[in-house]
Amino acid sequence: MSENNNLLEIRNLTIHYITDGGTVYAVDDLDLSIGYGETLGFVGETGAGKTTTALGIMGLIPNPPGKLVSGEIYFEGEDLLKKSKKEIRGTRGSEIAMIFQDPMTSLNPVVTVGEQIAEMIKIHENVTKQESLKKAEQMLETVGIRKERSKDYPHQFSGGMKQRVVIAIALACNPSLLIADEPTTALDVTIQAQVLELMKKLKEKYKTSMIMITHDLGVVAEICDKVAIMYAGNAIEYADKDSLYLKPMHPYTVALFNSIPDLEIDQDELCVIKGLTPDPTNLPKGCPFHPRCPKVMTKCSQNKPNKVEAEPGHFVRCFLYEKDKIK
Amino acid sequence: MDLIKSVLNNNSKKKKSNQLLETWKRLKKSKLALVGFVILIILFLVAIFANVIAPYGYAEQNLKATFQFPSAKHIFGTDEFGRDIFSRVIFGSRISLEVGFIAVTIAVIIGGLLGAVAGYYGGKIDNFIMRSMDVLLAIPQILLAISIVAALGPGIINLMIAVGISSIPGYARIVRASVLSVKYQEFVEAARAVGSSNSRIIFKHILPNVMAPIIVQATLGVALAILTAAGLSFIGLGIQPPTPEWGSMLSSGRGYIRDYWYMTMFPGLAIVITIFALNVVGDGIRDALDPRLKN
Repeated sequence: MSENNNLLEIRNLTIHYITDGGTVYAVDDLDLSIGYGETLGFVGETGAGKTTTALGIMGLIPNPPGKLVSGEIYFEGEDLLKKSKKEIRGTRGSEIAMIFQDPMTSLNPVVTVGEQIAEMIKIHENVTKQESLKKAEQMLETVGIRKERSKDYPHQFSGGMKQRVVIAIALACNPSLLIADEPTTALDVTIQAQVLELMKKLKEKYKTSMIMITHDLGVVAEICDKVAIMYAGNAIEYADKDSLYLKPMHPYTVALFNSIPDLEIDQDELCVIKGLTPDPTNLPKGCPFHPRCPKVMTKCSQNKPNKVEAEPGHFVRCFLYEKDKIK
Repeated sequence: MDLIKSVLNNNSKKKKSNQLLETWKRLKKSKLALVGFVILIILFLVAIFANVIAPYGYAEQNLKATFQFPSAKHIFGTDEFGRDIFSRVIFGSRISLEVGFIAVTIAVIIGGLLGAVAGYYGGKIDNFIMRSMDVLLAIPQILLAISIVAALGPGIINLMIAVGISSIPGYARIVRASVLSVKYQEFVEAARAVGSSNSRIIFKHILPNVMAPIIVQATLGVALAILTAAGLSFIGLGIQPPTPEWGSMLSSGRGYIRDYWYMTMFPGLAIVITIFALNVVGDGIRDALDPRLKN
């Protein structure tokens, strides 16, 4: 069943990793949607399930040990999980593209950057090698690198420029959805600003929708329209950026904002969230955040809260906001 | 500003050949490797221009001039049929080089393919392929070559096949290990995210990254192949007379070694020098490629 006119619609996505040490509940009953031209920020600590969701959308979950337990991912109205391997390979790059976290290792060291961009083009479009190399040079110019450098190897570029090359590869075939997995985490702050500027510019130019996976709320504020906060595989809060930043609802989200150091107030200690993220093979019963929650109630340890629309367009998974009486 | 621009522009033209040039520069640093390289080049030229260099044909018998010691007319002397040993050694270089390089090429291609598939796909395929390789490896290489030649019959083509097949497991192992070390790197996943098929990933991404150990092993492997071929011809399997092959020349000269030492010395020397050159070049290439690996 496809929805109105959302580009991407994820319903009840559950992904587990079956390992010898136990089953890792990486993503649990996730619901998300992204409209055309929208940017969704996917925020969470390490191990929250952000990258797994991204890999799930791309169909890149290693199987074994990964297992797609349930759910549907509707892309332009079609369920990706029901497509054949060949069809999914066709969408990768041309319709959904992914940027990985570390530009140092996501480029092939023995192939020139021009050829790596051209490869993306050659796989999906019917062009000659010369034409693909020409288009690759154009893409390089678009991301701000001189086209003479297309014959250079990745180790001849700095970190920020490598990430630009990665972005050029990702956008070479003008995909409708770009998944950026912590694209600026490995870069220093000034380069981070440059790369984000570039991404914003390209987003405008190509009208690409984007999923920006990050743990940095500052980056989210720069570039995202909607935000989903992930904790232990669940999307515990989901709203548009302004609503989330002005009125965070879930105790975890509130704690996250509190932990950001404030430039204007004198602080002796940083505010931390007490406790640790739960062991993904041994999640607590009920709400996964309840052992650390300052507002925990008895029912939090017994049942998992359902998704509730606390305000129009602002979704939370928390008993604090449940309007009707639930078991 | 203009100076910088012109320098940058010039640099971009030379970029393409830089990698090969860098490796060559590093190779040159080892004098020994350079000597070996020069010897190999001379060997190649001798093999190519054998017709021109050799004063006599390799099967040209002169029964009135048998067992001649090295002289002005016959630089290396003559054998029991009066054939000029110098010419035979020169033509023999063709055979040795052919067998060596073709056998290794067969082994690298087939072994490399098996190793890449085993390493990339893993699981049952990996198990099946590598256990088959283990079976081949359990048999000493020269013994395996002997049994293959015994089954197929003597002759240069069968010799190449025999030596090639017996070398396959070694390359399969090396390639498999290299593929394993590379396949979990992020650029492989990035290539998958771009939509590359498995075969594309293996040939365009993984294999180019693991060339170094293969090149080194192949260079040394040519030496081993030449030795194996010489060994097989020595015991009568392999190259048949009158085709000159250094090993078979050793074999036929063996009976006369006391009185006519030159019949074994010169082919033997040819083998020694060739193997030495190949070994030394192989070592040099390994050292030259190493710093780049550390990059």
